[in-house]
Amino acid sequence: MKEKRVTTILYGFVLVLIIIPILFPFIWMLMSSFKTQVDIISWPPKFIFKPVMQNYNRVFVEQNFLQYMKNSLIVSVVSVFFSLLLGLPAAYSIARYKQKKLSVFILVARLMPGISFLMPWYIVFSRLGLMDSYVALILSHMLIALPLVVWVMSPYFDSVPRELEEAAMVDGLTQQSAFLKILLPLSGPGVVTATTLSFIFSWNNFMFSQVLSQQNTRTLPIAVYNFLSYVEVDWGAVMAAAVTIMAPAIVLTMFFQKYVVKGLTMGAVKG
Amino acid sequence: MVRQGFFEKNLRYIFPLPAVLFVVVLMVFPVAYTFFLSFTDWTLTSGRPLSVVGLNSYLQVLKEPRFLEALGRTFYFTFGSVIVEMLLGTALALILNRSFKGKGVVKTLLLLPLVATPVAIGIVWNLFYDPTIGILNYVLSVLKLPQSGWVSDAKTVMPSLIIVDIWQWTPMITIIVLAGLAGLSSEPYESAMVDGANSRQVLFRITLPMLMPTILTAVILRAIDALKTYDIIYSMTGGGPGYASENLNVLAFKYSFEYFRMGQSAVMLVFLFIIVLLFSLLVMRLRRAFEL
Repeated sequence: MKEKRVTTILYGFVLVLIIIPILFPFIWMLMSSFKTQVDIISWPPKFIFKPVMQNYNRVFVEQNFLQYMKNSLIVSVVSVFFSLLLGLPAAYSIARYKQKKLSVFILVARLMPGISFLMPWYIVFSRLGLMDSYVALILSHMLIALPLVVWVMSPYFDSVPRELEEAAMVDGLTQQSAFLKILLPLSGPGVVTATTLSFIFSWNNFMFSQVLSQQNTRTLPIAVYNFLSYVEVDWGAVMAAAVTIMAPAIVLTMFFQKYVVKGLTMGAVKG
Repeated sequence: MVRQGFFEKNLRYIFPLPAVLFVVVLMVFPVAYTFFLSFTDWTLTSGRPLSVVGLNSYLQVLKEPRFLEALGRTFYFTFGSVIVEMLLGTALALILNRSFKGKGVVKTLLLLPLVATPVAIGIVWNLFYDPTIGILNYVLSVLKLPQSGWVSDAKTVMPSLIIVDIWQWTPMITIIVLAGLAGLSSEPYESAMVDGANSRQVLFRITLPMLMPTILTAVILRAIDALKTYDIIYSMTGGGPGYASENLNVLAFKYSFEYFRMGQSAVMLVFLFIIVLLFSLLVMRLRRAFEL
């Protein structure tokens, strides 16, 4: 009995040792976002300080972060929506007709380096006058989201028994309405997984937006990065910006923990 | 009999068509165009029309020390981070693979580095690494160890960047291995119990061999992403100091969008493309071999 308690305590200790390094960067970021520049550059680093709001004020009032946030939100939401629109039927077809080659073709887009499409996009979008437009950004982000939707949804559709659809079709539904009315409503969890993951990846994207967006459509990651190019880094404001950009993805993850795990482990684990 | 119209009969072509067209237009054409550009000497800023020069750009790029160093660094970064992530990630999964109070919370915490915006992560680590105000040098000074220049020193910049990658992506391996552990059948363990195997034998003779397919697939998927690393490196060092942390992706980005040497940049992209393709083929091979 005593031995068991010792192992439990030891295990708790090990857990803490694992958790601290994972969490520390987030905690430090959050703390620094409430520090004055003087507190941030003080040596030794301060753990106890008087919190101030000036950094957030700087980010939202002086730097117009709400505009960048709106841009990010438009690009992510619209690109995820269209990726679902294109990806769900494709995933269904891959699952029902065992279209292996088709699935590999779409998944290649997930594996290939984005920069090998970005350079030609840059040239074409410039000629079409689409630089700094939502259209260009949304199209580019769809190439992130679409493969994810197919990757997550085709095994999901595959796991739903065919009999459900067939019964509906015997009752007079066409196959496409059986897909829409019977299969899709049953696939809620899969759609949540696909949506959450592709939203997060689009939200975090840096390289595509760095090239394709300018003054009018600048997304959050670029805005945060641009903060660093000042002569003297205003660390507090930068950390407040970092907190702002990370918050939505982290909140989503906490809400949809199970789904995010599912999506991330998919493809490496059987079943 | 179910009534079938034109749409139903051709559903297998009609349903995937929009997605396929999208990928052809946005990926296949651009990649083909990049291949074409790699045989030209096009520079966007020169104002000259592009001319096809055969393999000339390839020869120029292959003679460029900055390219060769970036190529080597790409592999250094990938292997350096992925090997540590594999060992550490698997070890963490084995430790966490039992039921305890708060396991759900720990699993959520593991996800945080994976979903956090890489640019923001880079910035936070830059604050850690800052030679004069950074907390890491403070820790070193408390431990009476010599301080480091971290990302501002050409000698330490790559290991410092690898540490960030390890911090961010080890949990990925952990959650994949945890999912794999949950799916293992219990039979081999029962017979091992009957045979009186000790826990080390169980780990090395049963658990790890059964997990191998999962671990390998996870590691190669991770390696494919590590080969393409851009956000963290560009936001933390911009490829510097000097050129000391440029990998292929960062270098190709600079050639494209800072120097506008499209022809030579395309050559680098072709190399990166081929390397990633080889790794991807390896994943597909493995999946077939293990029937995943």
